[in-house]
Amino acid sequence: MAVMHEMAAGMGGIRTAGDLVARMVMKGMKIASAKEYVANKLGCSVFDLADSAKMKEIRESLDIGTILERKHASTGMAAKIKIAELLDIKIPSVELFKKKVGKGF
Amino acid sequence: MSQKYFTRMGDGEGVWMTKEEIKNDVIAGMEDAVVRGKSQPLDDSEIDQLVEILTMPEKNVSVERGNEGIVTFDAGTLKLPIRSGIPVDRSTTLLIHERILCSDTMELCNTDYSYKAIKNIVPEEGMAMEQAQMNCIMPIFYGAMPNMGLYTKPDGPVDNWAMLLPEGKIKEAMAAQEEAAELCKNDMIYIGSVMAESGACGLQFDTCGASGDADAYAALGAAKVLSEKYPDVSITMGMANEFHLGMHGKLKFEGQRVAGQYPAKQVKSVEAAGAHSYGCVVNTNSSKSFAWNLSRSVTYVKEATRVANIPVLVNAGMGVGGIPLTNTSPTDATTRVSKAMLEIGKADGL
Repeated sequence: MAVMHEMAAGMGGIRTAGDLVARMVMKGMKIASAKEYVANKLGCSVFDLADSAKMKEIRESLDIGTILERKHASTGMAAKIKIAELLDIKIPSVELFKKKVGKGF
Repeated sequence: MSQKYFTRMGDGEGVWMTKEEIKNDVIAGMEDAVVRGKSQPLDDSEIDQLVEILTMPEKNVSVERGNEGIVTFDAGTLKLPIRSGIPVDRSTTLLIHERILCSDTMELCNTDYSYKAIKNIVPEEGMAMEQAQMNCIMPIFYGAMPNMGLYTKPDGPVDNWAMLLPEGKIKEAMAAQEEAAELCKNDMIYIGSVMAESGACGLQFDTCGASGDADAYAALGAAKVLSEKYPDVSITMGMANEFHLGMHGKLKFEGQRVAGQYPAKQVKSVEAAGAHSYGCVVNTNSSKSFAWNLSRSVTYVKEATRVANIPVLVNAGMGVGGIPLTNTSPTDATTRVSKAMLEIGKADGL
């Protein structure tokens, strides 16, 4: 079921900008506004958001995590800290992590 | 002889129907949603669009480029290790979804998918969430059902209203539901608070209203408290049905009677609770055709998205949203639901 819906209608997760758009939808934004917001932050077109070739380049250049591990590349919490800054949002786990390490970055 | 198209019944069985038969069922399904749920009907072009989707020759279909939505999951980490019996733990399940299945979001959950059952293990669930958040890039929800029926004797402290009602003890049944709703709400607030403080990106209240209107009332009350307490934690509320059963009948949330709410009113209650998205549920009638069921579901969804100020994420699992009532939903039907819900229903995701 997960594969079918994702392939037929999903954004594509971290293969594209699916996780980023989802974060804005989770803030209560309708899908069109969420896509526009993310596209503006990434400096790309709304059309590019679900293009895995385009988004691979963008994600790698911003170091916000992709589906493939790369040497010295950010993943997990490190990627999310950058995503929170990029989208200008508070991500609860990032806030918790900052608190734990005693940093206000 | 008219050309026949392969389609399905609501239980997943394959059938061959003419385009006229399919269109007639599309119109009949739509009319059911118009009459029961006071939804606005689909217009002629939307009916034609739905018939086109249903009769496309391709086995699997998809939305047009640009029409993608986001995908969320209830019972998220139950599916690989529990239902499919794959020997992986929940944190691995999350990463499989993130890096192999490319889900937009995922949900961490317990095998007993009820908030009451989680109360005893909530510190460990919080630890699992903290660990998951260290590894995952995509947003992770924590989810479970209000499942208010669990608060009744002998499993819980409250008299069973389903036994009181047939005995004519109406006032006692109402009082029992009010007591259970308070207990249920408090447990959801407690568990939701632990998860929020463990770094959950979101909380999922799934299958709200499964025990009737008081069940939905409890979840709405919990969402209101949690959304004010943790404004950065996303709350999504999925329903149990296309209308709230009036087991109590008189409960009101923010001035609106909960019993009998259809999607267009359910979404307004969810908004009033401060939740960030609404999961529309329309149950599948397995005796009717896939065309009838999908049309009926899309009509309800379109009405909900028309009035909603928050995203509408359609529940499209087995037996809801037009999906046939079978554990192995055929891909031809599932992908047609995905496409129709986003392109005709104007949903924000699934």
